[in-house]
Amino acid sequence: MAARVGIDLVSVEAVRQSLSEHGEHYLRRVYSEREVRDCTTPSGADPERLAARFAAKEATLKVLRPADVGIPWFTIEVVRRPEGWVALELAGAAAELASQAGITELALSISHEGGFATAVVVATCASETRDQGR
Amino acid sequence: MIEDIRSIISDHARLPVDVGTLAIDADLYQAGMTSHASVNVMLALEDRFDIEFPDRMLKRSVFESIASIAEALRELQVSAAA
Repeated sequence: MAARVGIDLVSVEAVRQSLSEHGEHYLRRVYSEREVRDCTTPSGADPERLAARFAAKEATLKVLRPADVGIPWFTIEVVRRPEGWVALELAGAAAELASQAGITELALSISHEGGFATAVVVATCASETRDQGR
Repeated sequence: MIEDIRSIISDHARLPVDVGTLAIDADLYQAGMTSHASVNVMLALEDRFDIEFPDRMLKRSVFESIASIAEALRELQVSAAA
């Protein structure tokens, strides 16, 4: 049994600017439809929630250690459980990489405060089969 | 193409250095580009060159330098013309 940990920090202002400059293009290329729904308020897409999700995607990439494999951001999805906490669901190349790495469980925590959003991901691996990460 | 890429990096990569002084093989991440800024660069490249980077190209190595971006764009333009 082995564990991997990933962490990331994202500026909420940077996400706000991306929304302003790229709008739907930004949302479509980075977030799943469910994530966009979860981050939409009556006044529009919430940059704080989106920044926390982007941080979660990057923290997940740090535990997946993709080396030179292309991983679309939307294949790493933050889902909100009915109980209130968040979890990760992987699809496509991200799910394949997790399987190759022997990752059996991913745990996620996200937070935002003071203009920044952060995420921590802990992966439990049945066995350490790859060691190509940064 | 190189100058277009340089202009997009200047506008979207949020680098703390003068993009005009960067060698085409300089590592943009080492120069201060964050992962989130690389998304902005990708989106601006897609708009400027009317292309969409396929899933296999959504990796750090494609966006790590002006030269690597140019190589990816040339490949996509050749594919589109074929």
